[in-house]
Amino acid sequence: MTESANNEDLVMVQTYEIEAGNFTLAGEAASNIKKLLRQLGIDAKIVRKVSIAAYEAELNMVIHSLGGIMRLEITPKEIVLKARDDGPGIEDIELAMQEGYSTATELARELGFGAGMGLPNIKRCSDKLHLQSKLGQGTYLEARFFL
Amino acid sequence: MKINEIIKNIPGKVIAGEEFLDKEVKTAYCGDLLSRVMAHGPQDGIWITVQTHTNIIAVATLVEIACIIVPEDIPIEANTIEKAIEEKIVLISSPLPAFQLAGKLYEIGIGKEQ
Repeated sequence: MTESANNEDLVMVQTYEIEAGNFTLAGEAASNIKKLLRQLGIDAKIVRKVSIAAYEAELNMVIHSLGGIMRLEITPKEIVLKARDDGPGIEDIELAMQEGYSTATELARELGFGAGMGLPNIKRCSDKLHLQSKLGQGTYLEARFFL
Repeated sequence: MKINEIIKNIPGKVIAGEEFLDKEVKTAYCGDLLSRVMAHGPQDGIWITVQTHTNIIAVATLVEIACIIVPEDIPIEANTIEKAIEEKIVLISSPLPAFQLAGKLYEIGIGKEQ
C-alpha cells in the first residue's frame, strides 16, 4: 500500500515518539530532525522543507491524536517522513487538506495552533504526500522529499 | 540592518540572545498563528507575536527567524527564555503594541524591500 525505501539504500533511520497533548515538548522531534539533517550536510532548502513538514506532522499528532510515532528515513535519493498515530483518525481528508479548516480545540487555538494550515504546509513542502486514515483507528502520513 | 541598531529605534529590552545582536535582518513578520508563521515567516528576519509559550522558539528555530519581539510588555514564560538562550534566538520585550512596532520597523527600512 505504501512505498517503502529499499532497505539496501537506507542510510539512516530515526524514530521519535510523539506524546499526545504535550504542548511543551511539541516541536522537539522536528528540531532534532533539523539538527540531524544539517549535520549530514543536506541542502539548506531541503532541510527547511523537511523541518516544516516534520513540525506540522508532529503538532498534528500532539493536537489531534492519541499519540504516535514519527520515523525519518534517509536514502541517497530521498528523505521520507512517516507519521503513524493511534487515532482517532480523520473524518474527511479532503476537508482536512483545505487551508483554514481545523478541528483543533479552543485551548490549542489560544496557543496559536490549529490555524488549519498543517496538512497544506506539509503538502507544499513535500514532493509527494500520501495520507490515509480510518476513523477510530488512526492516521498514516508519508511525505517524501527528493534529494 | 543589525538588530542592535534596530533596538535603538524601539522601546524595549533584550530578554535573551544579547550576544547575537550583531545579526543582520532585512524583514519582519507579524502573526500569532504558528502554522502561518511556519509558512510565511522570514528566514533571518524578525517575528512579532503575542504568543509567549516555548513553541514560539521551536517555530523560530525551524524557520530560522533571528529575533522575536513580544509586544505590550506581555510576560514571557521562563521556559521560553531558557529555550531562546539554548537556541540562540534574540528575544525582545517591548511595551508597544504589534501595530506600532511594525510601523516603527518599517519606518527605519525593515521589510521595505521584500
